[in-house]
Amino acid sequence: MIIVSNLHKSFGPKPVLKGVNLKIYDGESLVILGPSGCGKSVLLKHIIGLMKPDSGQVIIDGEDVTTFDQKKMDALRMRMGMLFQSAALFDSLNVEENVAFGLRRHTRLSNRAIHHIVSEKLEMVGLPGTNYLMPSELSGGMRKRVGLARAIAMEPEIILYDEPTTGLDPIMTSAIDELHLSLKERLGVTSIVVTHDMNSAFRVCDRVALHFGGQIVEIGTREDMINSPNPMVQQFIRGEAQGPMTQL
Amino acid sequence: MNLLRSYAGEFIDSIGRMSVLFMQTLYWTFHNLKSGKFDFKNLIEQMSRIGVDSLLMVVITGISTGAVLVVQIGYQFAQMGAQSYVGGVVSLAMARELAPILTAIVVAGRVGSSIAAEIGTMKITEQIDALETLATNPVDYLVVPRFWGCTIMLFMLTVFTNVVGMIGGSIVAVYQIGLTFTSFVDSILYMLLIQDLMGGLIKASIFGAIISIIGCYKGFSTVGGAEGVGKSTTDAVVVSIMMILAVNYFLTVGINNFNVAYLQ
Repeated sequence: MIIVSNLHKSFGPKPVLKGVNLKIYDGESLVILGPSGCGKSVLLKHIIGLMKPDSGQVIIDGEDVTTFDQKKMDALRMRMGMLFQSAALFDSLNVEENVAFGLRRHTRLSNRAIHHIVSEKLEMVGLPGTNYLMPSELSGGMRKRVGLARAIAMEPEIILYDEPTTGLDPIMTSAIDELHLSLKERLGVTSIVVTHDMNSAFRVCDRVALHFGGQIVEIGTREDMINSPNPMVQQFIRGEAQGPMTQL
Repeated sequence: MNLLRSYAGEFIDSIGRMSVLFMQTLYWTFHNLKSGKFDFKNLIEQMSRIGVDSLLMVVITGISTGAVLVVQIGYQFAQMGAQSYVGGVVSLAMARELAPILTAIVVAGRVGSSIAAEIGTMKITEQIDALETLATNPVDYLVVPRFWGCTIMLFMLTVFTNVVGMIGGSIVAVYQIGLTFTSFVDSILYMLLIQDLMGGLIKASIFGAIISIIGCYKGFSTVGGAEGVGKSTTDAVVVSIMMILAVNYFLTVGINNFNVAYLQ
């Protein structure tokens, strides 16, 4: 289980996280919704230890990861995968080298075994035979799928998705969502998805949290959110320009 | 006055951060050598890239400098009847100062900028974050091979600059000044000592280390988008060249003192 407890983070004088509290259960898919620039990605980066909080804790399986040294953090990261908003593929490496990156650095598998795993993961994300293409030869959707293949190559227990469908067409968005669901079903991973795409969020979630003003203002299942009396939730779900979120 | 104080503070802060990056680079080098995980493949890739990127410019710089030096001093020495010293004086100037400094400036412009641009682009496109999520330390993966690649290649490129500089000088000495090739070479062999060559090569290696650390540091501190990458790239070149010129004085004094104390 992942517990985010009273997390605070400021950049200069600007507070971004103002006491975030959140619980993510094993095997569930939690979607964090919120308007652009509200600090969702910052929250995700705290969970995987890319940022240190000003105060508060991120507890994974009973241990506070904010106090981890490099060695313990690396051991934890080998159990996690992250899909970045821009896919963040390494420009100088081809698709196979990108997907195999973690395997080559942290396992003693043979080249043949690694090639087999890479091909299997590329097949899973619907990109068989793309092993030797360079990232510059891929479309936006393909890059995201290769990013996902890289994130799952080490068979992680937790996958973090940062805006997985932003900038994709509706068909590619559905493809990524289906991939997410099939990974959850096949690998049983815990997923945390940060997005502001309502349709995608409701397709893949077990629970949804609404992040606004540096805090989680509402959390619940899809039905809970749809029926929520919270005017912020209703404004966000309906995509209304006027409401409590825009008045603040 | 406040502006000056702010620049000074920023400068000291940058030097501190570069020193930390340098110490981390040494730590990861020895850590990887000890654990048998040193990435020699990545090092060789960087070395060949640095070498290939800079070779043509180094050749042109070396030949031109050697040739110009002979033109400048050849006639003067001939008037004084000291033409037999031309080769020796040119080789000393090249080995001790001109080859290491000019090679370093060429590499700072060509390779230092490319290191800053590459790492800066990785920073703004979240590739550095991606490395960390794959349990890979960015200093270990990105800085260590570039640091040693630059340090080793500056040494080798400077040897090359010396050689092509002598060739350029000898061509001008023979065909323009009227010296014989033998007297030019004899003069080099008579005046140039191994410590002169080694002193210049040691300086070149240190310049290589400076170029790589500054390029990597500027890349890691890139903020913003394409404009930020452009700024980091320019800064990497400017700061590297200024640092090379400043450090050169102290290295020259140090090497001279060492030669006087132990080798003469």
